[in-house]
Amino acid sequence: MEQLIQQVVNGISLGSIYALIALGYTMVYGIIKLINFAHGDIYMLGAYIGYFCMTTLHLGFLPSLLIAMVLCTLVGITIEKIAYKPLRNAARIAVLITAIGVSLFIEYGTMFFVGAGVRSYPAMTGLMVQKISLGSTVITMQQILIVAVTVVLMTILQFIVKKTRIGKAMRAVSLDNDAAQLMGINVDTTISFTFALGSALAGAAGILVGVYYNSINPLMGIMPGLKAFVAAVLGGIGIIPGAMIGGYLIGIVEVFVSGYGYSMYRDAVVFAILILILIIKPAGIMGRNTREKV
Amino acid sequence: MLEIKNMNVHFGVIHALKGISLTVNDGEIVTLIGANGAGKTTTLRTISGLKKPTDGEILLNGRDITHTTAQERVKMGISHAPEGRRVFSTMTVLENLELGAYLRKDKENIPKDLKMVYEHFPILYDRRKQAAGTLSGGEQQMLAIGRALMGRPQILFLDEPSMGLAPLLVQEIFSIIRNINSTGTTILLVEQNASMALQIAHRAYVLETGSITLSGTGAELMQSDDIRKAYLGG
Ligand SMILES: Nc1ncnc2c1ncn2[C@@H]1O[C@H](COP(=O)(O)OP(=O)(O)OP(=O)(O)O)[C@@H](O)[C@H]1O
Ligand SMILES: [Mg+2]
Repeated sequence: MEQLIQQVVNGISLGSIYALIALGYTMVYGIIKLINFAHGDIYMLGAYIGYFCMTTLHLGFLPSLLIAMVLCTLVGITIEKIAYKPLRNAARIAVLITAIGVSLFIEYGTMFFVGAGVRSYPAMTGLMVQKISLGSTVITMQQILIVAVTVVLMTILQFIVKKTRIGKAMRAVSLDNDAAQLMGINVDTTISFTFALGSALAGAAGILVGVYYNSINPLMGIMPGLKAFVAAVLGGIGIIPGAMIGGYLIGIVEVFVSGYGYSMYRDAVVFAILILILIIKPAGIMGRNTREKV
Repeated sequence: MLEIKNMNVHFGVIHALKGISLTVNDGEIVTLIGANGAGKTTTLRTISGLKKPTDGEILLNGRDITHTTAQERVKMGISHAPEGRRVFSTMTVLENLELGAYLRKDKENIPKDLKMVYEHFPILYDRRKQAAGTLSGGEQQMLAIGRALMGRPQILFLDEPSMGLAPLLVQEIFSIIRNINSTGTTILLVEQNASMALQIAHRAYVLETGSITLSGTGAELMQSDDIRKAYLGG
């Protein structure tokens, strides 16, 4: 039983990371129907930016987090402007291939500048190395940090999407691009903003993972990127609360599979979930089986 | 107010509008009638800026707006309730109406216009917190019109507002359209229900496979034998 609780705690921490990345996937898909394969690499960049802020610049966690989010936002907007915007009316497959190209470009571009090797985040000190023990369940400060940052960011995101003018524009464009234009909504600005939000969250996930697992490398975005994508599909692609739920579910499943001695299969299980969901309920947990728009 | 000169529109090799010209004067209801596929929706979408014409000119209050964006045209006073309603289904009725006022600078007048829309369509007030996708077809049509009104348009485009509505509701929608017009909004109305449209329109154009073949006052067209045969069931 206690082991179970410990696994849930670990699963929620990992799930927070997947949820943050999945949100970007799902929002971008919602608005331009693109699986942005470069999204996992933005997360990787976030981890590296955080690393340099904390080592070279000796900044604390919070300023590093903010810098990582801001810079990732800029990268996300730039990618959209340069790579995707010129393809706005192109076939979907062309955009998808471009996304894979962008992904490889970022991965190997980063490698060129920082080397292919693994780097370690600076060791945490003080409060950050504290642990809370409840019976035999141990919750580390880093886990609390991850969950707290995630909850704060998701709350802000919900507020932006539900209450602000630009958030309403985002929802309108993702529901009906033409009708949104008839309201006078600038679709390009709205798409840019969506990339900005998603990239900021991915950047935050990157630095959180650095703090949690310590080691980072230029290809670290690939696997979590794919899993976050599975999380987005599981929750219902295009649906924001779906991405959150999907992220936490995938995180918990993965931790359970490893925790009970099958860690060799933990990636396989995640993709098995993808196949299952596509067979059983392709629209995802939160998705309605909507008819195709005409 | 609105003037279209020699506008051509293509979809790939399909020549959808073949050099049409039409005028809508201040305060008028002008209707555009024609069979399925004649190009009525395409005409409205092109004037709204959703579709680029191959050539021709679109003038709004004398100003050439042919090369402006849809957003700029909304700012200049064009509102468009599109074919098929196109309400934002998972957003509430109120959110839909607010989006209609998205570009307005005079935020202080928005509550007043909301009230005006609710007066035209009391059912929307009762449903204001409900997701638009859960409304009935007729209610969604009212919402689409209400949403367009929230932009305080100088000219309002309505694309088949009576489509799919019960006869009683059709009567009601047309009387509301007349009301909206009498408060000073110019209207360009696309309809399949030619007899109703011609009754309320000051002037009308008939579109046939991309060309305007007839025009005149509503009353004139109603008397025309060709029109009666083709659109009014004898
Ligand atoms: N997106 C598109 N791609 C290709 N062809 C199109 C497109 N939209 C319209 N068309 C063609 O342009 C022509 C005019 O269509 P339009 O929708 O304007 O007709 P309509 O008069 O509104 O018809 P209806 O009464 O059925 O709504 C049709 O032949 C149609 O097939
Ligand atoms: Mg039509």
